[in-house]
Amino acid sequence: MSTSLPRAHELGLIGCHVCGLVCRDTNIEHAACPRCGGALHRRKPNSCARTWALLIAAFILYIPANVLPIMRTVSLGDVDDNTILSGVVELWVKGSPDLAVIVFTASIVVPMMKFLVLGTLLMSVHRGTNWARTQRAKLYRLVEFIGYWSMLDVFVVSLLTALVQFGFFSAVEPLPGVVYFGLTVVLTMLASMSFDPRLIWDCKDEDD
Amino acid sequence: MTLPSSSSARAQTASTPDLLICEHCDTVYRRRTLVRGDVARCVRCHAVLERHQRIGLNAMLALVATVAVVFVQANVWPIITLGFNGEQIHARLWGIILMMWQEHSQVVAVLAAATLFFFPLCRMLALGWLLTYARRGRRAPGFRPLMVMLYYIRPWTMSEVFVLGVLVSIVKAQLYFDVKPDAGAFAYAALALLITVFSGIDIRQLWDKIPEQAT
Repeated sequence: MSTSLPRAHELGLIGCHVCGLVCRDTNIEHAACPRCGGALHRRKPNSCARTWALLIAAFILYIPANVLPIMRTVSLGDVDDNTILSGVVELWVKGSPDLAVIVFTASIVVPMMKFLVLGTLLMSVHRGTNWARTQRAKLYRLVEFIGYWSMLDVFVVSLLTALVQFGFFSAVEPLPGVVYFGLTVVLTMLASMSFDPRLIWDCKDEDD
Repeated sequence: MTLPSSSSARAQTASTPDLLICEHCDTVYRRRTLVRGDVARCVRCHAVLERHQRIGLNAMLALVATVAVVFVQANVWPIITLGFNGEQIHARLWGIILMMWQEHSQVVAVLAAATLFFFPLCRMLALGWLLTYARRGRRAPGFRPLMVMLYYIRPWTMSEVFVLGVLVSIVKAQLYFDVKPDAGAFAYAALALLITVFSGIDIRQLWDKIPEQAT
């Protein structure tokens, strides 16, 4: 990797987060972008602390989201509570395994991957390592890109609730698990937004 | 690298519009004109810096108008219909949101209302407003706050995810009931396609394309 590529802070420049304008770094405390008025900072403020906080909060909520049932199906007096995982199993056994794979990916693989990837990124930034920087940057972009697909299960529960409602014959009700799950998704999205990928490249600029 | 002189009165933050900074690794580049199909990538971290924007302002406005039509259809028409003992139950977006509110999942109701209705609506209206003025080379009233708002709500529109949710719900409900996708489901599928087209468009170009003096 060539070190000849100039970086903004070496040239005394700041890129505005909001509108992308290249501004001169004036070292003023609360500098604002002349074009869009957004606050200018070299790196997202308190990026690591915020990301850790949001990630840990998301992880704590992810436990009830998986343990508690997300949906109750009542059919002719037969009450059946589904967790995220049992919903996937039901889909696999009774219906279509391909959709089961999609739901499993969106509800289990994607959130787990976000915890692992963001955790790894944060720890590697703390240690200031040069290890696999391009790959880590790619992982971050992947996590940002796929993050919101986890909302899938929340929408499925909402749709089924609205659709199936015949009093005691059969009905679908949302259970608290789905609320925890929705909050987990929102918090992981906020966590990945508050992480600053530039930190990956900030450690001593030697070749890999 | 020579920078334009900062002799202007704006001593605070003199800006340099012909430069480009990679948002992912902070590398500075000189902006180059891209031709059709070009994608500028960062040499250091391989993130996309800029794409050639082949859709002009007029075409963008037409696209927003199309999205508006499809969005109304997706919200008015039922999405899924369930037949039970000769009775038919239709699920519409707002029916779903209100039902979740009543069923003690207010958080989910608010999330669904925001990501499936309010944020897409705001995005669409704001873009339509900005582009109506932009195609005449002018900045619309409220240009700055609207552009900033568009930047912040962009990650929070989830209509594409909802389409997949409709598909999964139909398959799940079909285990026990007679369910059919309704017109609204197809409108949502069309909306998801249009949103995908839109995701390739960089709205930020409006900052450069319409200079401030022309308010």
